[in-house]
Amino acid sequence: MRKVSLIALVLFGALLLYASSGLPGHGDPDGPSHRERSRVGSPAAAAHYIRHAQGDAASPNIVTVVLADYRGFDTLGETIVVLTAGLACTLILRRSR
Amino acid sequence: MTSSSRNPILITASRLLAPFIQLFALYVIFHGHFGPGGGFQGGAMLAASILLLRLSVGAERSELKFRKSWGTPAGALGALIFAGTGLLTLLLGGHFLEYRFLPLPELSRAELHSAGILLIEVGVSLAVMAVLVAIYDDIMEEPGGD
Repeated sequence: MRKVSLIALVLFGALLLYASSGLPGHGDPDGPSHRERSRVGSPAAAAHYIRHAQGDAASPNIVTVVLADYRGFDTLGETIVVLTAGLACTLILRRSR
Repeated sequence: MTSSSRNPILITASRLLAPFIQLFALYVIFHGHFGPGGGFQGGAMLAASILLLRLSVGAERSELKFRKSWGTPAGALGALIFAGTGLLTLLLGGHFLEYRFLPLPELSRAELHSAGILLIEVGVSLAVMAVLVAIYDDIMEEPGGD
């Protein structure tokens, strides 16, 4: 069984390495994430963020603007997840007082 | 924590180090608009400074900085600051988390967005710090204690 899983892991790793050879280069301006429009023709989000982040939120850090402004609702969910993890630890570990 | 031999070098060093960690964490939180950083990272660093004190000077004395009973309420308060900002803009006529409806006069629309981002970053950092400290406190709770 261990041999089978080992072979499966090696094959899967080879598959991942093969797939990574098809990725665009780091910072490639023609990469899919930097296109103005996606393949089906809808406007792409990344170009909009890069173009408008500074003007929309008066802060040069695009990452922060995306995280807290354009996708603020998502970040609210992340915070609730952190809080829920803490509450779960409290409920499981803490003795009743 | 069980009583162990407290090393004076360790205690002095960590007591000197903790305020600087907290200061840098505040810098990371409040400078998140302009450089790398933000609420999650700053909150983790604040928690690290508290946990450093918990480990070095002991649970009892480090409770002077942050009480064990504060963990869950402070985490909930942080999430409340975040959600409250969204609800405030909702009540004032905008969408949820639409920061340009924040009641801060004399700020341009972009500056209002900047202020909104700062508000929710503070909420996130408070929640992350309190939850990390609370998890540590729950794990390290002394058996047979109160």
